[in-house]
Amino acid sequence: MFDLTGKNALVTGASGGIGGAIAAALHEAGATVALSGTRVDPLEALAAELGERAHVLPCNLSDAEAVTTLPKQAAEAMGSVDVLVNNAGITRDNIFMRMSDEEWSSVLEVNLTSTMRLCRGVMRGMMKARWGRIVNISSVVGATGNPGQANYAASKAGMVGMSKSIAYEVASRGITVNCVAPGFITTAMTEKLTDDQKTGILTNVPAGRMGEAGEIAAAVLYLSSAEAGYVTGTTLHVNGGMAML
Amino acid sequence: MSDIADRVKKIVVEHLGVEEGKVVENASFIDDLGADSLDTVELVMAFEEEFGIEIPDDAAETIQTFGDATKFITEAS
Repeated sequence: MFDLTGKNALVTGASGGIGGAIAAALHEAGATVALSGTRVDPLEALAAELGERAHVLPCNLSDAEAVTTLPKQAAEAMGSVDVLVNNAGITRDNIFMRMSDEEWSSVLEVNLTSTMRLCRGVMRGMMKARWGRIVNISSVVGATGNPGQANYAASKAGMVGMSKSIAYEVASRGITVNCVAPGFITTAMTEKLTDDQKTGILTNVPAGRMGEAGEIAAAVLYLSSAEAGYVTGTTLHVNGGMAML
Repeated sequence: MSDIADRVKKIVVEHLGVEEGKVVENASFIDDLGADSLDTVELVMAFEEEFGIEIPDDAAETIQTFGDATKFITEAS
């Protein structure tokens, strides 16, 4: 099951914990992967770890031109882009009353607009191939909201509505578009939380623990597989029961 | 009929699965030949590939009929 041999996958934010785990899972299932991110060193390190079938494509997602070029570079490096995982994301938290236009727009630009550009950039190839998998990494806060994250939550909820709309348009061409919405996952981002903060968060998580990056990767692997061909426009919540949606 | 028109017709027939006789000068891809909006995008993609030309989005929107397509491609190639 879930054999991606011969498939080519582009993963953004592959220098981070979740993105790295996603790339590794797709690679282990046989896919060739293009690792994108802003920090080159972790991308190179991951590529070296994966060995063959791994390409490094650094990209700053706040640079519109670079984002438009990325799918082309990935297709040149691998031959096609059959699977696109939009995982990259940033936060600029602030209470709403103090949130600046810049904090709002930078988060929307990187999280939502770059996702849109990348989806658009891979669509032609997927339409021709009559096969494609797009997995957009949303967040539990896109569905529940979170104080201090009006911008982030808006961007993540926006991904869900956009994904459903694209899914409608291209379903008849064998292309699926889905979201995975992680809850609290152990990453460098959540490592910064204090023990008290973590304990507070975990009181709201029935599973009683943080999730692991590998558990997000497994959800992405499923949605990227041939077996998930009849699943489109949905959001797979991976959050330990924190929000049962 | 010109060579270009024959090649365009072949693409339309294959892509939309319609009878060749229906692909006439004024046949609208959507209204007469049963294409949906995605089909029209794919037709344009197929034309670009067949004739080695670029059809920008604003031009693509003006290509509504078989005649529009042959005219545009004849001028572009």
